[in-house]
Amino acid sequence: MSLLTTLARLEAIRSGRAEPLATVLHRHLADRPMVLVPLATAAEDGAPLAVLLGTDRAEPRLHIVPQPLNRERRAEFLAALADDLLPYLDSFAAAVELIEGSEKEPATGEKTVTTRELCLDAPQLIVPNVGSVRHLALLGRATRFRRTAEDPDPGPYPAPTRVPLLGRWLTHLTERAQVPGSSLLLPMTGLLARHWATGQSLLEDQHLAAQLAWHHPPAGLTGAEAAELAETARGTDGRLLHPPAGPATDPRFDEKLLAPAIARFDAAQAAARQGRPDAAVDLAAAVGELRHLLLEVLLPTWTDVWRGLDLLRALPPGGHLAERWESDRWSYTGHRDRLAAGEPPQPRVDDAVTAARKLAQREREQVRVGVQEALDDPLAMAERRLAGEAFSGVVTELEPAYDTSGRTPKPRPLLTVHTTDRPHADLGREVHRASGPAAQKAEVVAFDAAAGLITVRVVNGMGRKKEPEAGSLPQPGEPVTFTLFELAPRQSAPLPEPDDTPWTHGGPPSAAPRSASVSEEWA
Amino acid sequence: MSVADARLASTMNVSLTDQARRLAALRGGAEQRGLDARALAALAANPGCRRRAVLDAAGVDKGAVAGRLGRPAPFGRSPFAIARGTAFEARLKADDCAALLEPLRRHLGLPPGDGDRLDTPDLLPRSGPAVRAARTSEALAEAVAASLADPALWTLLDHPMLRLTVAGAPAYLEPDAVLVHGGRCTVVEIKSFPVLDGSADPAKVGAAARQAAVYVLALQEAAGLDGPSGSPQDPGPPGSPELTVLLVCPQDFGQRPVAAAIDVRRELATTRRALARLTRIEELLDALPPGTSFDLAPDPAGQPTRPVAELTAAVDEVPAVYGPECLSACELGFHCRAQARAAGSVEQIGRGVRADLGDLRTVAAVLTACAGGGIPAAPRDPAAAEDPATEDPAVEDPATARLRYAAALRAEALSGVALSGASG
Repeated sequence: MSLLTTLARLEAIRSGRAEPLATVLHRHLADRPMVLVPLATAAEDGAPLAVLLGTDRAEPRLHIVPQPLNRERRAEFLAALADDLLPYLDSFAAAVELIEGSEKEPATGEKTVTTRELCLDAPQLIVPNVGSVRHLALLGRATRFRRTAEDPDPGPYPAPTRVPLLGRWLTHLTERAQVPGSSLLLPMTGLLARHWATGQSLLEDQHLAAQLAWHHPPAGLTGAEAAELAETARGTDGRLLHPPAGPATDPRFDEKLLAPAIARFDAAQAAARQGRPDAAVDLAAAVGELRHLLLEVLLPTWTDVWRGLDLLRALPPGGHLAERWESDRWSYTGHRDRLAAGEPPQPRVDDAVTAARKLAQREREQVRVGVQEALDDPLAMAERRLAGEAFSGVVTELEPAYDTSGRTPKPRPLLTVHTTDRPHADLGREVHRASGPAAQKAEVVAFDAAAGLITVRVVNGMGRKKEPEAGSLPQPGEPVTFTLFELAPRQSAPLPEPDDTPWTHGGPPSAAPRSASVSEEWA
Repeated sequence: MSVADARLASTMNVSLTDQARRLAALRGGAEQRGLDARALAALAANPGCRRRAVLDAAGVDKGAVAGRLGRPAPFGRSPFAIARGTAFEARLKADDCAALLEPLRRHLGLPPGDGDRLDTPDLLPRSGPAVRAARTSEALAEAVAASLADPALWTLLDHPMLRLTVAGAPAYLEPDAVLVHGGRCTVVEIKSFPVLDGSADPAKVGAAARQAAVYVLALQEAAGLDGPSGSPQDPGPPGSPELTVLLVCPQDFGQRPVAAAIDVRRELATTRRALARLTRIEELLDALPPGTSFDLAPDPAGQPTRPVAELTAAVDEVPAVYGPECLSACELGFHCRAQARAAGSVEQIGRGVRADLGDLRTVAAVLTACAGGGIPAAPRDPAAAEDPATEDPAVEDPATARLRYAAALRAEALSGVALSGASG
């Protein structure tokens, strides 16, 4: 935790409510997000129990597994979930824009113009917490290799085609969620924690209801008191008033209510198998009871996620959101294309080149999102200023100067800034002007720490003329911010194609035995 | 034994029983809660906490105390989790442990179907813990001797009972299994969380490793090792435990077991340190006022009758070291959190923040320091700091200066913004 975050948390303890950690919204929020609240069976993250989902807060749709250990019930649940979720995911695939690019023929060096499709919008899934993301990843892993009736070897339990398709989408979305700054799949606790500080630890913030309690504590209560109520308050029947957002349920609920209800379902099903006359009615009643129970557990979290969205939507969007959302749209479009091309599901373990690419992408995006957030949000820039990576101040002097080493003199004006910041500004260090009219570099030529005066020589971004273009330089009295870090992320070194993987990294993956067709034992 | 030795032994004996008496007084009429490996492992997670050390050493039922204090522990195990654990272990132990032996053989590099070279002695599972522990140490010695005599022989001890001296009193621990092969023994820990595509939840693996480290410690005690040892060059005397344990988990989404070797040397060192602290419990007891007790004084129906204020005062006599991690590891976590909040200590948002805050230990102190003024006039100048002659007599602590600077930056960044989000 950075010092500024610590400070914000301590302020929240004093004020008894959440305090801002951002002045703008730092993640894209879709107009029509799909909110999804999953539940899993205790100690068996891969065994789904229920899910509540929908794009309309007034109309959540519930799917449950009445007996989580029963393979057939689980298969029915996954098929129903696929029926519900896939149309939403597919609904963004048709509307595209055409992006022109150029491709270089490696052999001849000849450039050809290519056009690629880019989907105009992309789906967005909002889940309550990080545990839900992990659960969806497990569901994706459990379903993307399922064999279907269309496979040459369907196996004893073929799944409908849409089930492995759902698995591949869930895998793609949960992988994408690992990329910093991405917004296709977002946990609400993480979103709230990025924008507000509560007066409790990050660990306690994982409880969505407790974190939200700091935003709207009931009259007369501090945030801490309201959060503790959200964590522990139980009704007269011993049930938590605010069940955990999952994916695991409260053990006491499991013991007192869920296990007996599942036992009644099992009994009704056994009776139905024996052909008892009124068994169908009992079975329907048992399923109805389970649906009712699980809906009651899920609804508070459902409401909480939408309340979190309300809070976030009140923030003005950051300036770079559209740019980052475009990366998400590319990610969505890419997966759409891979599915259309009939590529196999994502492998269990990435080959060396793919893993290195993913890692490089995540590192690159981490830098990019850090820079963009600092440019969008003075509070994020304050973090960098505190770390000595940037300085803000007022221009006190602008002195024209020229580089006369070449044939024609070039403008190299000296800019003096009065700042209270203490950047690690060694002489000669390259600095970058933030939020100027154009990208502008300068180098530090003098730093008087006692007086708080930094003089830099501006080296570009002034046009091609002998004198700097009007408006390209900050004038005395104007506020200005320079960063010591570059504002555009650097490209990483190119990686080889997977087929050229060196032997040091296991050689080409195509040489290794394919594992996709290995049969999976099911619990 | 010389006279002096005998005298020493008798005084030690006296002090031990004296300590046991004092611990029993703390516990009051309640039954002693045995320390299982999980509790011992949890101790290592927060070794600085005196409250936990004293209550655990005395065998106090912390859950009951927390309930009486009004902030019961939110722990519990779901019946589904218990059922899954039981089902997996039953599957492994079925057919003379056929499913369990397969991954173990693979790990030890033994051929399949060497059932005639495998010994599974009867460990008297229905006896009391002391008898079982004695039988286990006997079986262990036999197995070590047999495996040294013939390297092809190996032994599986199913649910042995190990004895570990904790704070002068024996604690009985029951690992899932112990393997003996080639004169060394290996702890086998069975867990029901899955290993998916070769990796498992690191938090769960860490907890299992800490728990297994306690068993390794007990086996080291049994082998007569009483100090950190076990470099690869010097494995210790025959019968001493391997410092890697075998974790047996279901593979992927099925029930097929897979074994993974886990190095527990680090956990072993941590646990050893935590237990060494426990044996110095006397110092902690000396600091308590006479008459301190955590007795709940239950009535015949088992309902506690001890006045809450009195019990709170007794618990508060032992200082706690609270951190948010306690909430998931200690029954008293919610009580200690409430106290940390009431005291305004900065650790309530995480122990890591102390590094940034210097000497300031309370929320109020930090915020007062921040409010002390705007941005400090003179930025730190390394040249000035090195020369004491030029040092400003009113120069403040660097942590405070940095804090004030951070607060000013935060105020500046927020000043131009309508704070609609947090309050709206």
